[in-house]
This record gives sequence, C-alpha cells and structure tokens, in this order.
Amino acid sequence: MTEMTSNTNLIVEQKPPGVLLVRLSGNCREQNESPSLKVVREALEQTPGVTSLMFESASVTGWDSRSVAFIRNCAELCRARNVEFRDNGLPEGVRRLLRLSQAVPERKDMHGAALKAPFLQRMGQRALKGWADVLELFTFLGENLAALGNLVRGRAQFRWADALLVMQQCGPQALGIVAMINFLVGLILAFVGAVQLTRFGASVYVADLVALATVRETACAMTGIILCGRTGAAFAAQLGTMKVNEEINALQTFGISPIEFLVLPRMIALMLVMPFLCAFADLISISGGLVVSVGMLDVTATEYFARVVQAVQLKSFLLGIGKGSCFGFLVAYAGCLRGMQSGYSAAAVGEATTKAVVTGITAIVASDGVFAVLCNALKI
Amino acid sequence: MNTDGIKIQIRNLTMAYGSQVIMREINADLKRGSVFVIMGNSGSGKSTLLRHMIGLLRPAQGDVLYDGKSFWGMDDEGRRAQLHKCGVLFQNGALWSSMTLAENVELPLTEYTDWSVADVREIVRLKLALVGLNGFEDYYPSEISGGMRTRAGLARAMALDPEILFFDEPSAGLDPITSRNLDQLILELRDSLGTTVVVVTHELASIFTIADDSIFLDADTKTIRAHGNPKELLKHSTDAKLKAFLTRGQSSGEASTQPLAS
Repeated sequence: MTEMTSNTNLIVEQKPPGVLLVRLSGNCREQNESPSLKVVREALEQTPGVTSLMFESASVTGWDSRSVAFIRNCAELCRARNVEFRDNGLPEGVRRLLRLSQAVPERKDMHGAALKAPFLQRMGQRALKGWADVLELFTFLGENLAALGNLVRGRAQFRWADALLVMQQCGPQALGIVAMINFLVGLILAFVGAVQLTRFGASVYVADLVALATVRETACAMTGIILCGRTGAAFAAQLGTMKVNEEINALQTFGISPIEFLVLPRMIALMLVMPFLCAFADLISISGGLVVSVGMLDVTATEYFARVVQAVQLKSFLLGIGKGSCFGFLVAYAGCLRGMQSGYSAAAVGEATTKAVVTGITAIVASDGVFAVLCNALKI
Repeated sequence: MNTDGIKIQIRNLTMAYGSQVIMREINADLKRGSVFVIMGNSGSGKSTLLRHMIGLLRPAQGDVLYDGKSFWGMDDEGRRAQLHKCGVLFQNGALWSSMTLAENVELPLTEYTDWSVADVREIVRLKLALVGLNGFEDYYPSEISGGMRTRAGLARAMALDPEILFFDEPSAGLDPITSRNLDQLILELRDSLGTTVVVVTHELASIFTIADDSIFLDADTKTIRAHGNPKELLKHSTDAKLKAFLTRGQSSGEASTQPLAS
C-alpha cells in the first residue's frame, strides 16, 4: 500500500490489485476548502491499471454538500474512465443522496444554441425580429383603429367609466407636476432670452420669446414627456402585470377584446386630456416668464401681457394644442403596446415599462421634428 | 421540560391581523428529523402560521423556539442567523424571474459562504441534480414548467444545507405523479440528511404519505382542532369535521351535501 497524495482531509492510496482508496477524514463543515478533485484525477491518471475506486469515510465527523458534490464528481470521473465506482465505504445518507442526484440523467439539448449561432445567422434572426416588431407596431395600430370603428358604431365593449377614471388619473392628478416643470421651463426661457435681449435694450421682447416658444413647442413637448414617464409607464406596468396574472387571457376567453376594453379607454382618455393639460401648461409657463420679466427686467405685468397677446396667434396656440393631443396618442400607444407585448414574469414587466418610456419619448421627439418641417413648409 | 429531539416548539402562539385574531393558543412540538404537516381547510391560517415561523409575520402573542431558543426574543441579527439554517419553498417556487436557475441557487451561497466560485458551481449542479433538474442550469424560470419551477425552488431552499425545510403548499398546481415524486423527495431528504420538514398542505395523498405528525387548524374554533399522525387520526378520531376533511367529506353525509358551505 503506498500513499500517493494528500491534503488536509483527503488521502488517496493505491491498493495492490488495481484499487484506489480515497480516505476521507475530518469535519467538512469546518473546513474552508472542499476536498480536491484534482488529487483524485491525478491519482487516476498516474496509476496504471486502476479498475475500481473505493472510499473510506469512518473518520469523517461532518458532511456538507461540498463533500457530496466531490463524491459525485468522483463518480463522473470513474464513468468517463470506465473505472468501477464502489460507494460501499460511504455513509448511507451520502449514498442515497448520490443515487438521488443520478436518478435523472443530465439533459443535453440545444439550449444556448442561439449564442453559438454563426454571425450571419444571428444577423438574419435580428433582421427578421426587427421586421416582426415593425409589423406588430402596425398590427396594433390597425387593431386600435378597428376598435375605434366599433366604438363609433356603438358596438365596442367599451365603458366610459373606465375612460373617465383614466382621465382623472392622468389629468387632474398630474396638474402638480405639469405646473412645476412648465413654470421652471418658462423661467429658464425668460432667463436665457433676457441675457441676450437686454444687450440690445429690447428686454420687453422676452415676452414674445417665452410666449411663442411655450405655445408652439415647449409646453406640449414637456407635458408629453412628463406624461410619458408618469402615465405611459403606468399603462405598460398595469397591462403587463395583468398579462402575468392571466387577466388578459381571462378577458379573451369571455370574448371581450382587450383592445376595446383596456387599450381604447386609455388612448381616448389621454388624447382628450392632453389638450387641456397643454393649455394649462401654456398659461403656467408664460407666468414663469412673467416672474423673471417683472422681477429682473423692469417690464410691467401689463406690458408683458400686451406683448404676449400680440405675439401669440390663434394658429400657434391651436398648433400646440393639436401637437399635445398627438403626443397623448403616442404616449398611450407606446404604453399600451409595450404592456400588451410584455412577457410573463416580473423581469418582463420591468422591461415592458422601460420600453414604453423609451418608445414614447422617442416618438414624441421624432414627431415634433416632423411637425417642425411641416409647419415650415405650410408657413403656419 | 425535556426538549431532547425536539427541533421546533410553538408556544402559545396567537396570530392576528390588527385586532382580528386568526388563530390563538397554538402549541406544538416538532421532532428533529420528522415531517410535520400543518393541515386545514382553505383560509384556516395554515400559511399564516408558516409565515410566523419563518419570521415574515410577528406573532401577537407567544413564541416559536428553535433548539430551545426563543426566535422572536432574539434581535434581528440572531433571527437572521437562525433563518440561515432554514430553507423555504414558497408556493409555485417564487423563483427570481430575472435570474437563471443556477443564479437562483447561487445567490444565497455567494451571499452567505466564502466558498470558491468552483465550489459554488459544483454545489449548484448537485442541488439541481438532486431535484432532477440536471442540465437546466442556464434556463430562466419562464422557460420551464410549473412542476420544474417548484423543484427548482426546492433546490434553492436547500442551497445552504438547511436543518429545517419549510414547504408552503408544495403540490399546488402539480400533476399527481409529479406531486408524488415531490413527496418521495421530501422523505428522501428527511432520511438522508436528517432534515426537519414542515409542510403546509391540504393534499390528502401527500398528507398520508409524508406526515409523521400533524396539526389540523380550524377556522371556527380558531385553534388546533386535532394533533397527531394523520393515519392514526383517521382511525381513531371521533371528530366529524376532521373525519370529513381526511375523507374528502365522504364519511358523513352532512358534509358532502354542502361542499361549499364550509
């Protein structure tokens, strides 16, 4: 009998007729290192003509999972090398656990194949997925238009109570944040204008600058972005969670269209509420400019309002309001689309919410650009 | 009192939500290395009792003792240390959906041991193999079936080699075969590791297969209505309500005609 290698709790010995004996000792629970598989592997490799592996564990005082994992790996080594694995030197509990862990063979299938796919295949899959996403975007739009058609004909499964509730949540309850942000934006616009215009002694024109910028651009854009973060995200989270709970499936099995019942009230509510929020934002933002003008530039309130009334034409005001309604549609669309696309887990709902906000803000900014070009072309 | 061989003692436990009392004066001794079943009709407070035992809810009165030490008398640190010796399988697994199965099992190991990365990986493989999920390491919970999720939850509960395993309705939503395999697994863990197992369930088949000891909670009297091995209870008990529960309402005509009334 020759001792080959050892570490603190493991000794591998060679017994004459091709038998390797693994002698375990000590308390595994108290040791920081698990038995080293390397020692056993080396012993198996270096000893010629090994036919079986045995264990002795009489002096082991404590077991934990690491020792079981070690023995399981020994068994795997033996199988790979066609060496007989004898477990009769192990405690009964360990043997049972070992058998339990080997009861179901390891599943080897194609999972993770997508990661190893060749470059071109991955590109192709991405492109196909991108195209499918675009199609889904328009399918959802189509479904919504169809639902709207049903509503107009009075056939939609639509409850005005739902729409009114959503209106309350995203309208009156959002007034505080809308007022605060737009007031600050008005203030900032006035500051920026004041610095430039006082150089030319034209500080009274700060009113023109604030009024026009607010009415045509900032009020509706800022309100849209606020609602995207506040309401669009809420839509996505709510619909996504309903999907996880199978509430949407439950609606469908009753023959109730989730688009008509859940999405349409939200779309309509936001599109109807946004113009009012925009008008409110206009007013607040212009008063923000007033504070700076009166406080810093010696412009009286009367002068300020006279300039505002002259500068803002009805068409500019209506343009802002119209854009607001359009942004409301985009926010609700992004929120509901991502919510309905959500997967069936907490992580998927989080992802859906993130996507809803990203999609919404991107859509707002992009469509604002389109509006700018159109207005320029049409000389509005 | 002789507490040799007693792992958990429930002492005079009263559970309440605010002023509404759910159960009062619950007393039980749970033997080391045995399977203890908490049974009762839906809404009788079985899961609530479990939550009191694992520190999620604070009892209105009374205490739970682990190895003779008061659980609710300890500070937060002591309670946390005690909970490291417990593993909990929640209903339907309660796996963290943003992590793979391997990461789910890994998290407690990396948080509470200073084992090497290789060791942790081996343990994760072993635990998943023990519940028959060999090779599913890189799957996400959403990609596997409900039964597999329950088993993966069990692998996670076993991660830290707990002395006590708690199961909250383990067979909910499982088919009879899977459910039976899970029962066998529970018994196997008790026998091979000497784990003390506490199971909340109303699955009769499971109750008769695994229980060494049990209590029957009753929502009407708001306390334990019967205590003992369920097979013995079925044989010897004269309590109509308990009999009805253990025979699915088939022993007394009254119970079976009004299946929804209770």
